[in-house]
Amino acid sequence: MSIRFSFGGDEHIFGEVSESMSLEAFFTSLSMTNAVKAAGIKGVTEICPANASFQVKFDPDAIKPSDLLKELQGMEAAASQSDASLQTRIIEIPVYYQDPWTHETLMRFRERHQDPTKTDLEYAAEVNGLGTVEKFIEAHSSQPWFVSMVGFVAGLPFLYQMVERKRQLQVPKYLRPRTDTPKLTVGYGGCFSCIYSVRGAGGYQMFGITPMPIYDPNQQVSYLQDEMCLFRPGDIVKWKPINRDEYDAALEAVEQNRFEPVIRPATFSLSEFNKDMAGTNAKLMEALNGR
Amino acid sequence: MAVKVISPGLSATVQDLGRPGYYHLGIPLSGGMDRFALRVANMLVGNDEGAAVLEAVFMGPELEFTTPATVAVTGGDLPPKLNGEDCAGWEAFPVKAGDRLSFGFLKSGARAYIAVSGGIDVPVKLGSRSTYTLGALGGHEGRALKAGDELAVGAGGAGKGSVPENLRRLPGNPAELRMLPGLYWHRITAEAGKRFFADTWKVAPEADRIGYRFKGGTALDFVPREQPFGAGSNPSNIVDACYPYGSIQVPGGTEPIVLHRDAVSGGGYMMVGCVISADMDLIGQLQPHSPARFVEVTMDQALAARHDRQAALARVRAHLGL
Repeated sequence: MSIRFSFGGDEHIFGEVSESMSLEAFFTSLSMTNAVKAAGIKGVTEICPANASFQVKFDPDAIKPSDLLKELQGMEAAASQSDASLQTRIIEIPVYYQDPWTHETLMRFRERHQDPTKTDLEYAAEVNGLGTVEKFIEAHSSQPWFVSMVGFVAGLPFLYQMVERKRQLQVPKYLRPRTDTPKLTVGYGGCFSCIYSVRGAGGYQMFGITPMPIYDPNQQVSYLQDEMCLFRPGDIVKWKPINRDEYDAALEAVEQNRFEPVIRPATFSLSEFNKDMAGTNAKLMEALNGR
Repeated sequence: MAVKVISPGLSATVQDLGRPGYYHLGIPLSGGMDRFALRVANMLVGNDEGAAVLEAVFMGPELEFTTPATVAVTGGDLPPKLNGEDCAGWEAFPVKAGDRLSFGFLKSGARAYIAVSGGIDVPVKLGSRSTYTLGALGGHEGRALKAGDELAVGAGGAGKGSVPENLRRLPGNPAELRMLPGLYWHRITAEAGKRFFADTWKVAPEADRIGYRFKGGTALDFVPREQPFGAGSNPSNIVDACYPYGSIQVPGGTEPIVLHRDAVSGGGYMMVGCVISADMDLIGQLQPHSPARFVEVTMDQALAARHDRQAALARVRAHLGL
């Protein structure tokens, strides 16, 4: 694939690797941003990888926009051929699906939804031909997800489902965005799942909530003292469905700052994944569960 | 040495020149929306140009000083009053312990910058004192000010005079926002592109530090295509991508939104280009319902405008003997 470059005003260069989402496009975008970082180009102030694109912010007083564009174009060939593999982490995220808080919120915004007579999960189950909410939750939570972008708001992960394309869940966003979303809502839009790191506006369908903090501006949470944001592009996530009692117990542990997330080292190779998705995912589950 | 907040106004926050380097995590730059006015406010009270100040929007706060200091108010025309007496904007004035600074009704513009000699001394978070309210980060406890807050202030010196009107920079009427077409410009028809520049838009009520929404122009027509995998079904949807500062997204093709200093860092709406860096300050001075036009420029024109803005700041420094 050939990267489409465009200037975003006089301070940004935007690179679109592909119009459509794929892990191949993600890895090219990640390689490009890693190469830009490694090059230490004078005047570059922000390097942001995204799902299938990336962005570089620069100071045009320090480098001419056309010179930076040439530098980036020079990195393209190497980036698209680089080895798409990662030393990464697999992180278990407990999810209380069909919780009362996202339910209360979604009921307040029914007039902005495609089907005001259904909940977001009922609608998602129907448009994916899965019949029941239980089957949809099973499809959402049974296989791991790949963090292909961090952003929108502080520390919010976009997650891409690690299954064959024909099995990937797709759900449209709300017709008009909500003005409210509970903090730590597990959401869905297009082919991406997400976790809302802060309370605020949002257009993704709401499926549940996690008790596990993923962003802490005060850096008090035991595992967020070095970094305010938990997620990095390339992390792998496994949803773990929990019930109300488990949610309450986890929340109590969070409040007492003794909640310990399950995070294990893992390796990921795109070529191995493409050869054998079930086998790769089984190995990731072994890494997570230590079996 | 401190400033006490008697009443907070509509939404006053601590801001400096911002927090670069964390946009890849979704943490935006933040900082003053009108950085020209912020810099000049600091110059007037003898601070570094990037010291932290208070940014007030639409309605001023009421503040009490606990020790003597030098103060200046710049930006939109939000008339300052010291102990109830009118005093001039864009001019340094001394305050004594116990003095109260309040404001009359906003006459023009949208945001005022209140600099205090020594700078507002809140803790530095990720390299900046700026408030990012959505992420509860920086500033005073990560939020807009409330009555009863006390803000520490550094040690400062004497004032530097005043800045005449011809050296200030505020938007015209209608505001002309220069923009460089690009990003997903190719997704709209040539005719839609022409109308985008020909129409006069109006600032919508949804206008804040994250972004400014504009309405009243013609809805954009899209070039037909089969939507790419993962993008979503609306023709304005893209696979979620990074959003540049100043980028103009048009959800559903209807109402353009220009992202500002507290921008969301990415999302799934196509953008037609970016307002150039030189004109970002002007957006911070637009009130809801004020008219605005988008004016097409080239990269060379954008860079020339950037240098003009820098030259305007240099003229203020020269005028103040800095």
